[in-house]
Amino acid sequence: MLTTIQLDKLQELIKQAAILVDVLPADEYTREHLPGAINIPLKTLNHATTAMLPSDRPIIAYCHDFQ
Amino acid sequence: MSARAAWRLETLGFTRVYRYRPGKANWLANGLPSEGTQANVPRAGQVTRADVPTCRLGERIGDVRQRVTATGWDMCLVVTDDNVVLGRLRGKALQAEPTARVDDVMEEGPTTIRPDTLLADIVPSMQQRHVESIVVTTPDGRLIGVMFRQAAEARLTTSPATPEDTNGS
Repeated sequence: MLTTIQLDKLQELIKQAAILVDVLPADEYTREHLPGAINIPLKTLNHATTAMLPSDRPIIAYCHDFQ
Repeated sequence: MSARAAWRLETLGFTRVYRYRPGKANWLANGLPSEGTQANVPRAGQVTRADVPTCRLGERIGDVRQRVTATGWDMCLVVTDDNVVLGRLRGKALQAEPTARVDDVMEEGPTTIRPDTLLADIVPSMQQRHVESIVVTTPDGRLIGVMFRQAAEARLTTSPATPEDTNGS
């Protein structure tokens, strides 16, 4: 079940070793991203590009703003 | 975009998927650290002073003035118990009758900026409008501090204003 979170919950999950996935295009990620985030642009999300993501840890997707 | 990404991750078999809906803009606007080529560009949060005195609605100006004077500041920000900025006291307002209430003399709703505001963007605007200082808050209005134009100008002279400057192009 997809859960939408705000900043306080995000910070709590980061402390629990959550994986941050920046789904913005690579150039935007390169310019600036959250500490430790990995980049998998939305258009490239598939089995191959997510194969390295651990299935037992929280995964948090984010983009630029409320989009 | 993050909603579609989160749903896609679920369809790919991940069971603990979250969507940080406010996104990167919200993270940065709360003055939190970042990584990347633009991470070290000078921003308001880097030159914001958090030690600005505060007071509450209903306090008496005489009491507030005494407190403000002791800190060496010439302004005081009016905040709620949750630290949300409601107003500002400075100049004549701080010199009002000692028995006057803060809410009767305060400047309502001062202009605020977020800590991720680029100094290269805000400083020219402050110069043009002869603004000496500006209040810095989180996106939900909670006080972070006050940024003085002089400090921002000094920071711009010692740090590149844009990532392009860093790259020398």
